[in-house]
Amino acid sequence: MQIPVTSLKAGAVAQITAFQGQGFSFQRRLRTMGIREGKWLKVVAAYPFAGPMVLDIDGRQITLGRGIAQRIMVRVE
Amino acid sequence: MKRIVLMGNPNIGKSVVFSRLTGAEVITSNYPGTTVDFSRGRACLQGELVEIIDAPGTYSLQPTNRAEEVAAEVLRWADLIINVVDATNLERNLFLTLELLERQKPLILALNMWDEARRSGIEIDCKALEENLDLPVAATIALTGEGIRELVGRLSEARFHPQVKPLSEEERWIEIGRITKEVQKVTHRHPGLGDRLSEATIRPLTGMPLALMVIFATFWLVRLIGEGLIAYLFQPLFELYRPLAMSISAGLGPGMLHDLFIGKIIDGEIDYVQSMGLLTTGIYVPLGMVLPYIVSFYLALSLLEDSGYLPRLATLSDNLFHRLGMHGHAIVPLFLGLGCNVPGALSTRNLETRKQRFISATLLGLAVPCTAKSAMIFGVLGSYGQSYVLLVFAALAVVYVAAGLVLNRAVRGESPEIFLEIPPYRRPGLYMILKKTWMRIRWFLAEAIPFLFLGVLLVNVLYTVGFMEWIARIFSPFMQWWLAIPGEAVVALLVGFFRKDLAVGMLLPLGLNAGQMVVATTVLSLYFPCVATFAVLVRELGARDTLKSAAVMVTAALLVGGAMRWALIG
Repeated sequence: MQIPVTSLKAGAVAQITAFQGQGFSFQRRLRTMGIREGKWLKVVAAYPFAGPMVLDIDGRQITLGRGIAQRIMVRVE
Repeated sequence: MKRIVLMGNPNIGKSVVFSRLTGAEVITSNYPGTTVDFSRGRACLQGELVEIIDAPGTYSLQPTNRAEEVAAEVLRWADLIINVVDATNLERNLFLTLELLERQKPLILALNMWDEARRSGIEIDCKALEENLDLPVAATIALTGEGIRELVGRLSEARFHPQVKPLSEEERWIEIGRITKEVQKVTHRHPGLGDRLSEATIRPLTGMPLALMVIFATFWLVRLIGEGLIAYLFQPLFELYRPLAMSISAGLGPGMLHDLFIGKIIDGEIDYVQSMGLLTTGIYVPLGMVLPYIVSFYLALSLLEDSGYLPRLATLSDNLFHRLGMHGHAIVPLFLGLGCNVPGALSTRNLETRKQRFISATLLGLAVPCTAKSAMIFGVLGSYGQSYVLLVFAALAVVYVAAGLVLNRAVRGESPEIFLEIPPYRRPGLYMILKKTWMRIRWFLAEAIPFLFLGVLLVNVLYTVGFMEWIARIFSPFMQWWLAIPGEAVVALLVGFFRKDLAVGMLLPLGLNAGQMVVATTVLSLYFPCVATFAVLVRELGARDTLKSAAVMVTAALLVGGAMRWALIG
């Protein structure tokens, strides 16, 4: 089942399945930062009050705002 | 002269490679028409004088922001490209490499942070990578300088592939997958102390208290360095200057010129803080009091950056700044602004959009007290009791947040969300920190000094022709009524519009009660930055936005002053 990464809690592990909306350049930006379909990620931190999320992908940590994170769809094993 | 351009992703030590290659003659300049800075320098490599350009970090040649646009532009000047690649993250970095390969310019790879990759269990077969890309690859550890000589020695091998077939994005990722599989071996390591520390500083519950500790320690360091510089360098220099100032004073004799240049003689001596002359207080405050702190704040900022803590601080503070219409990076102007608003205002150009820059600059001028303003607050209110000092600082903090909340709704435009990579912690190198700080201070002096002089000149003209007193007379009745403070204090406030130092000198002898003094000091701190900051704002925001910003500042100062009047005086 696909869910947005924002519905995961800190410590959760999931696989990226797709990006939603926001056009080609937005998706390329995610990919060139290492956020790509098929990659596994771990949620390092999810800030309360709709704050940013910190994801760990390939040992690299990336901070992104909720609005961006909402468009990253993942699958949990 | 041959031009070598350094290209690479952000945060991979590209600037360190640049520093290793170039000498002391480095210029940081603005790309025309943008607010993006990049550095250029010269070097003698293998007996040939070349220009080296450090392009802004970019993930791709199809730009998604201004910095990346500039990187793509700068690339066009290149006769040779050094692609700095992060060995700890080969896969992602190769995307840019494959794009660069299609540009038909001689290319060489610097596989940087080689040591860090090995420590985290990544083995890269350099030879295999060379064969796969058909390009020279030099393994480097820029921080220690290892491998830089090999890189320089192999520059002549840089080449391009004349018949390269342009790939689609899809195909590029497939090609990258193939290459990394062939050249890279990853052995899983258990998370070490560094990883656990890293996570602890990112998670909100543990990160917040740790951040407070870091901020506390940073300010302690800033103060230590600032005071040290004043005591052992700047103060002795001004003592050397004293006889000269005294002889100028004697030469001028009493009169208007003496008042203008030297000011009051106190107990037969020039008092650098209270004499108020152009050649005494006028140069002592910016050079003897503020500049040492600019140096120490820049030094602390370089430390926060190079250790890798700054992106974590930006992440932690994003929740707050996002609501104020900016994002986590806005902590840099705030931090620098506490030293001096001028470097703070200059650093707003690193924010992405006009809206973010406007809000950040306005809040800076409004509610971020620089060293000189803080000294003023302590100086004026200290004798009334520390709780009054605290009250003014608390009011400034509340105004910062409240005005930000309002501006976020009122200012049109985009404020993109935070999106940044958190690099691993690194031990900052002393040489790099010092060089970076030195480059920043030189850049600051070159950027700010002309505006400072222009501003001071303009203000002095306005004061000498009596314009400010005229303004003061017009607004005095309204201010007396609104703030409930005596006429002389209002004159001090209005005269102090651009020169807080003057205002302080006028307020002190009036014998105001504590409530009146708190109101006066708060309004004085809020309603305008110094003339130098104002000049820089005109340049960074443009004349029209600066006017809007000034209107916000004056309105906020009057509203807050009025509110405090009702709370304190009744």
